Amino acid sequence: MIHQYKLNGYNIVLDVYSGAVHVVDEVAYDIIGMYENTPKDEIVTRILNKYPDRTDVTEKDVLDCIDDIEALKAQGKLFTKDTYEGMAFDFKRRSNDIKALCLHVAHTCNLNCQYCFASQGKYQGERAIMSYEVGKQAIDFLVEHSGSHVNLEVDFFGGEPLMNWDTVKRLVEYARSIEREKNKHFRFTLTTNGVLVDDEVIDFSNREMHNVVMSLDGRREVHDRFRKDYAGNGSYDKVVPKFQKFARARGDREYYIRGTYTHYNTDFTKDIFHMADLGFTKLSMEPVVCSPDDPCALTEEDLPVLFEQYEILAKDMLRREREGHPITFYHYMIDLKHGPCIYKRISGCGSGTEYMAVTPWGDLYPCHQFVGDEKYLMGNVWEGVKNTDLRDKFKLCNVYARRDCDDCWAKLYCSGGCPANAYHATGEITGTYEYGCKLFRKRMECAIMMEAAKSLGAENGQS
Amino acid sequence: MKRIVTIETRDLAKSAVNGGCGECQTSCQSACKTSCGVANQLCENREEK
Ligand code: SF4
Ligand code: SF4
Repeated sequence: MIHQYKLNGYNIVLDVYSGAVHVVDEVAYDIIGMYENTPKDEIVTRILNKYPDRTDVTEKDVLDCIDDIEALKAQGKLFTKDTYEGMAFDFKRRSNDIKALCLHVAHTCNLNCQYCFASQGKYQGERAIMSYEVGKQAIDFLVEHSGSHVNLEVDFFGGEPLMNWDTVKRLVEYARSIEREKNKHFRFTLTTNGVLVDDEVIDFSNREMHNVVMSLDGRREVHDRFRKDYAGNGSYDKVVPKFQKFARARGDREYYIRGTYTHYNTDFTKDIFHMADLGFTKLSMEPVVCSPDDPCALTEEDLPVLFEQYEILAKDMLRREREGHPITFYHYMIDLKHGPCIYKRISGCGSGTEYMAVTPWGDLYPCHQFVGDEKYLMGNVWEGVKNTDLRDKFKLCNVYARRDCDDCWAKLYCSGGCPANAYHATGEITGTYEYGCKLFRKRMECAIMMEAAKSLGAENGQS
Repeated sequence: MKRIVTIETRDLAKSAVNGGCGECQTSCQSACKTSCGVANQLCENREEK
């Protein structure tokens, strides 16, 4: 399967199963488009008819180009066949090793954001705080079930994890204390709304947190529309200076400024550029996931606007890079040379198998987005995974389990998408959330175009 | 090749032979938390970089 598209002056041909990316001129673009179902002489005729005045488009040129295409095909870089499907069906026998946990250390929040999928941090339940004992047991559970994996990830999530900061610190200390003996290395992530960030939080995080995710939606009026405190006041003025200090102190350590866009700000690149103006360079912006009757839900009419926004963003990022002050956007980070292997690309996100969420009272769910939905209760950190049928279901929830993905060119970049979104949109974890797919494919087109532009620029000495 | 420039990419078919160590990050773990893609993950298999 191949995918062809034109963007920002580039004609791009993607060979889906090998991952090869080709930038071609419009003649080759047309020839490649016809190659699989048109006889050679017919291709020659059509191309000569289409480009009658071009001296560089003769019969010989067209035949040369077809030879080049065939050479690429022989090298496994064009029209490569799918040889991976069988691997995916073997996944049921995949190991049960776990390598990441999301610890819901606080099901409570000091903000009252209207669109929060966790309903004000409580996940449709009662307010709750994770005790040190539960957290410690979760870490022991992770280590015990991590097999030979060395790198283990632990996410401090909520609600607002800083509302249980002492426990977070003690858990980090505990995990570090067993690293050597167990031959593990922990990578911690903190996600925060910023309200309780202070110097002590910043110092500790800089020592211990591999990544810090700070929630900011962009422009003041956009941020404050949803991200309000219980008195109804927007939180922008309170959190922005704290995030700026935090981000500066991170130096070259990882952090993300993460926003959500909704139907109210389909011009979300303004928010991304606003973040950049505030001095942040590692940015992420996500489409809201909510019920279609919610007024903030994105609509069909929004789609073309959003597509255009993603293009604006890609072009502007290339400009910033050329001018020497680049920003990164999470969804455009794609490393064509050192990206994931095929196993990773077809195995899905890992929810319910190698990744699970732990509630404040120690229950296990397939991921943070399933927390609170009793049907998805998997077990607990003392007894481990009890609902093994559910685990098997998640194991098999990969890109080849979704018939909608069969013909999708983006499948090896997406791995079948987010089971939680699919579940919320279709009632099945193996469904597909079409709207999300459309945005995803657009983002991948932009990201691949940017990589192509950068690598061609480097070749031409522009970098 | 006159009309085609091929960008350097990891050969996915070859990665079926040398990949699969499982040391990379899980997909939803870093910035987004509401949706995933795998393409932005980095391979951590030192031998195969
Ligand atoms: S973008 Fe949608 S259709 Fe394509 S692979 Fe992902 S989930 Fe499947
Ligand atoms: S199900 Fe969705 S939200 Fe949950 S870990 Fe997977 S990609 Fe992330």
